Amino acid sequence: MTNPHPQNNNPEKESASSRRSLLTKLWVLLGIVALAELIGIVFAFLKPNPKKSSAADRAAIIVAGPVDTFQPGTVTAFVRGKFYLVRLEDGGFLALSRSCTHLGCTVPWVAKENKFICPCHSSEFDIRGEVISPPAPRALDLYQIIIENNVLKVDTNKRKKRSEFTAGQITYPKKT
Amino acid sequence: MNIIERIRLSIFPGAHKPAEEQKGQRKYFRSLLLHFRPRVVPERTLRFSLTWGLGGMAAVLVFLLFGTGLMLKFVYEPFPDRAYDSILHLQQNIPFGQLIRNIHHWSANGLLVIAFLHFLRVFFTGAFVAPRQFNWIIGLALFAAVILSNFTGYLLPWDQLAFWAITISSSMLEYIPGVGTWLQESVLGGPELGPTTISNFYAIHTAVLPALLLLIMPFHFWRIRKANGLVIPRLPDEETETLGEKVNTIPNLIVREVAVALVLLAVILVISMLFNAPLAAKANPGLSPNPTKAPWYFMGIQEMLLHFHPVFSLFIIPLMLVFGLLCIPYINYQSETAGVWFCSNRGRRMALIAVLTSIAATVTGILADELIIGSVLTGPPDIISSGLVPIVIVLAGCIGFYIFMKKRFGAANNEAVQTLFILLATAFLVLTIIGIWFRGTGMRLMWPW
Ligand code: HEM
Ligand code: HEM
Ligand code: FES
Repeated sequence: MTNPHPQNNNPEKESASSRRSLLTKLWVLLGIVALAELIGIVFAFLKPNPKKSSAADRAAIIVAGPVDTFQPGTVTAFVRGKFYLVRLEDGGFLALSRSCTHLGCTVPWVAKENKFICPCHSSEFDIRGEVISPPAPRALDLYQIIIENNVLKVDTNKRKKRSEFTAGQITYPKKT
Repeated sequence: MNIIERIRLSIFPGAHKPAEEQKGQRKYFRSLLLHFRPRVVPERTLRFSLTWGLGGMAAVLVFLLFGTGLMLKFVYEPFPDRAYDSILHLQQNIPFGQLIRNIHHWSANGLLVIAFLHFLRVFFTGAFVAPRQFNWIIGLALFAAVILSNFTGYLLPWDQLAFWAITISSSMLEYIPGVGTWLQESVLGGPELGPTTISNFYAIHTAVLPALLLLIMPFHFWRIRKANGLVIPRLPDEETETLGEKVNTIPNLIVREVAVALVLLAVILVISMLFNAPLAAKANPGLSPNPTKAPWYFMGIQEMLLHFHPVFSLFIIPLMLVFGLLCIPYINYQSETAGVWFCSNRGRRMALIAVLTSIAATVTGILADELIIGSVLTGPPDIISSGLVPIVIVLAGCIGFYIFMKKRFGAANNEAVQTLFILLATAFLVLTIIGIWFRGTGMRLMWPW
């Protein structure tokens, strides 16, 4: 019998142990794969669920009412949708989130002073949601506005962050 | 043999043996008492002025929290529309409900204070060098678990205090660059506080963190045993070798531990009978109270937030501090000071100077920022002027102080590191105190009275 490893006096043991170490490696590999799957499952399980039921989807679209009910230069609070509907002097609309961009307090509209004033650290925002006074770092978030058949709806699922106010953010009703 | 006797024997199989052998049985009971402890301990480590009983007190409070927490779980309902009412029901209709809630509340807050003091005593007796290095790290993990337990518990009553404190604290996460928004939404289970938040917090508070504590605490105790007990206290000029005289753990150590535990229990009970845990009006997402503050143990961070750019006060500075704490046991120290309070006589003088410097510098800094620079109320936060510039000034101040003190006193790095630690710890305490008592409506500075 020819010995493939002449310097090794027990070739069988040698190959058995290398086979065993291969098996061990396989087991370790399988273990790692199983662990990775487990972690993946836990993460998927705990992830905030973006796909709500379709009923919740419909509930997220708030029908604000006919366009003409909102006078230019006014702010209307929608408690259920957690937003303010703003009609600017030029007739355009903005739907502002009521959460302060500083640390998330709810900002009330102070009609007397014509601005939003946060009770927590006194950030101030103008009617367009633009920061007048810090510590708030960004203008108030926006929700998407949909106008169909002259009825205004707000999609509270779609919240958009912005750093400042630009004219492009305003939604205008169709001229009739 | 009657049935009662037979049952007794089945529990204590040695009870019918002659008295001589029953001693062996007593020994089993004793070894149960000993548990993680050795049979004998160095006499010196029994001194109250070494531990102040603080580690034991922390352990007692954790068990008290487990006991009362499990009871609260039977009444509490983790849903936004029912949580607050279940707390009211607990307080008004359940016998001793208010008392149990009070005990849970005061133990939780007491634990933060006690664990912090324990952390200070471990640091100032130099009990973090080998062979206790890793136990320092385990201790930090315990501290993290305690803070998170407090934070997740805070939300559960779902009153105005809870709702807005958690809103503010979790919004702080949003400023962490890159992963901030994702992290905040994962914690809250959505963009803002809602049903998912409360069920997440409830699961973490009453299952995940308790399990973690139950795993880490025995590990902490086992490491103490592996290090041959506590660090042996000594005077600055005493030698280390001659101090190991041992005494029996039972009764010497056990009696002291039980005494501390009973006194603590009595104190907590009295406080819980006199002062009710606060409960404001039911949470109203449409109305933020003024002022709205984070839980008191985050007030230092909230105060920093008023002076530094959020990326620095919420991310970079905490990261540097945690990294520093993790490094403490692994620095190469020039002299052997384990067991000596504040390293040496020189260390004590340096410590005093550091405390005074830190108080003066922090108060001056806050007043200057508020009254002269005024970054609190003008101009949007800017990464250069309210982030980089002040942080460089603070860092330069710390490094300068370190070098100056080391030179001036000809100190070893043990003492210099301790001085720096005191400088930062005092600054943090001052920030916390100002945040709790000196901030009023609209977060403006005011007197607490
Ligand atoms: C829930 C929190 C904690 C509990 C229940 C706990 C419990 C204990 C107990 C019972 C002891 C022994 C007796 C004593 O020193 O009083 C001890 C010692 C020790 N603890 Fe903690 N501890 C906690 C947190 C911490 C923290 C935050 C640190 C530091 C980062 C820490 C580091 C140490 C070290 C290094 C020792 C050994 C001290 C020595 O040998 O003298 N522990 N701990
Ligand atoms: C280190 C351990 C713990 C800490 C620091 C802690 C802390 C807290 C805090 C600060 C609160 C808010 C109480 C208030 O002021 O209103 C709370 C509430 C609560 N905790 Fe814990 N807790 C701990 C362990 C546990 C455990 C082990 C359980 C149950 C298994 C538990 C169950 C509860 C329940 C059901 C509430 C809601 C009732 C209430 O708010 O009064 N806790 N906890
Ligand atoms: S949360 Fe509005 S100013 Fe801080």
